[in-house]
Amino acid sequence: MAIRAEHLTYIYNPGTALEQKALDAVSFEIPDGQFVGLIGHTGSGKSTLIQHLNGLVKPTSGVIYYNEEDIHGEGYSLRQLRGRVGLVFQYPEHQLFEVDVLSDVCYGPRNLGLSQEEVMERAKEALLAVGMKEKYWEQSPFELSGGQKRRVAIAGVLAMKPEVLILDEPTAGLDPRGRDEILDEVWKLHREKGLTVILVSHSMEDMARYADRLIVMNHGRKAFDGPPKEVFEHYRELEAMGLAAPQVTYIANRLREQGIEIGNDITTVEEARDAILRLAGKQLSPEGAADQ
Amino acid sequence: MGIIKASRLIFDYIRRDENENIEEVDRAIDDLSVDVEKGSFVAILGHNGSGKSTLAKQINGILVPTEGTVWVCGMDTSDENQIWEIRRRTGMVFQNPDNQIIANVVEEDVGFGPENIGVPTEDIWTRVNESLEAVGMTAYRYKSPNKLSGGQKQRVAIAGVMAMRPECIVLDEPTAMLDPNGRREVIKTVRQLNRQEGITVLLITHYMEEVVHADRVIVMDDGKIVMDGTPREIFSRVEELKACRLDVPQVTELAYELRKAGLDLPEGILSQEELLEHLVPLLKGGRG
Repeated sequence: MAIRAEHLTYIYNPGTALEQKALDAVSFEIPDGQFVGLIGHTGSGKSTLIQHLNGLVKPTSGVIYYNEEDIHGEGYSLRQLRGRVGLVFQYPEHQLFEVDVLSDVCYGPRNLGLSQEEVMERAKEALLAVGMKEKYWEQSPFELSGGQKRRVAIAGVLAMKPEVLILDEPTAGLDPRGRDEILDEVWKLHREKGLTVILVSHSMEDMARYADRLIVMNHGRKAFDGPPKEVFEHYRELEAMGLAAPQVTYIANRLREQGIEIGNDITTVEEARDAILRLAGKQLSPEGAADQ
Repeated sequence: MGIIKASRLIFDYIRRDENENIEEVDRAIDDLSVDVEKGSFVAILGHNGSGKSTLAKQINGILVPTEGTVWVCGMDTSDENQIWEIRRRTGMVFQNPDNQIIANVVEEDVGFGPENIGVPTEDIWTRVNESLEAVGMTAYRYKSPNKLSGGQKQRVAIAGVMAMRPECIVLDEPTAMLDPNGRREVIKTVRQLNRQEGITVLLITHYMEEVVHADRVIVMDDGKIVMDGTPREIFSRVEELKACRLDVPQVTELAYELRKAGLDLPEGILSQEELLEHLVPLLKGGRG
């Protein structure tokens, strides 16, 4: 059990006129190796929640356990926790500062007190994991494209060798291919290294594709928690929260309303295509291209 | 000539060493010509680094051409005497709402622009009232911008631009930092300004769904215009868009995949309604 949160409540500016409850008795468990999507409108408590998970913010009440240890318990090292639970903030490229790419990624592991070789090895491995090849390592991070800067910033967190990687809207501002590339790389780390991932995103399409589980936040409370397919069945409730389901889910629902027997668990283009082709009596070939 | 016209525009980012010798030249815009019709809604697509934002900055003279010419409302952006008039007529809205709001109260923020150019107080208030009304933010006029959602902040930023009574608004990824509701709000507001007030809109975005209602879509790659047409024309070219690191809306992609698999659907479907209209008869009719 990697992370367990029990009745997390967080109040901003308690006891003042500006008092505001950002989290209201939120509980959940995230087992090792899960890919969790966290969604909610701006101000729903997502960002406050993830800052609790690596101890940046201390709950007003409630307990967070990491591997069954209370992270605010006596003698618990928050510093060590932050090495194990890596948090990539929004627009992390704003935090790049070194003269070259490699040095920037070395900064984190060097602060862990590792040997120079170990630091270099981790940095190189992290850069390769996010698709930044050797030819970029000597360049100034400020000369890279937006997507490349974002990757270097993520590598900086990966070089800490975290067990859990939390990403707060890692694809904001990237072009569609850039979005896919970054998420595919994160997915690969999750698959190959068993990294636990918590992804905050406004893209329901991405959630449908990558997440094993979706946690939906609304007004500081957990509104839904389950596999994406189950959560997206509640699309009307999601809309009331300022969210939505993927576009193809709506298409499938509208087909069903018209009396066409298509499943209510369609969340990706591939699923919709295959289901519709089956209904149309087309043969599915491995690539999904039917006989013409 | 339209409201914005660029002729053989070239823009180089030039890096110099300490002795002012040229170290590197990066051509961001490469021999680009375009003519934008007054009152139209034009979307500009392109991957990161394709030159979209550089082009946007040419339109109100934040950057001026290395070679070639840009005219805005008939004025040459290289002419320093006209630059303030050009900036008044073409407002810009950027990605991050927090970087664009300066006052502590919404109405003061909206009034900042006109006050700066010496509009008489009476007129400033008229403009503030009209602008807030146009973006649907009148109810928030006495609020602190800090208390607003991202979408509301962007609408305040747009109101601030509207208070300058521009003819054209250039929006550079105005929804990149917003949640789905915020995105909808901002796009709806921009469409209304275009339809009802006749403001020419240039919208730069990475969200393909925001583009389907535009009059015209321009796709940039490597500093050049590589595609130019109606949304339907552009979104029919799925493979070409993907080669430019772009995408199509999910409904368009689904229709494209189904068509590729042999279903009798038209090209370039843009909305759920359209897809359903064609798909339902196919599925209800002869099966197998």
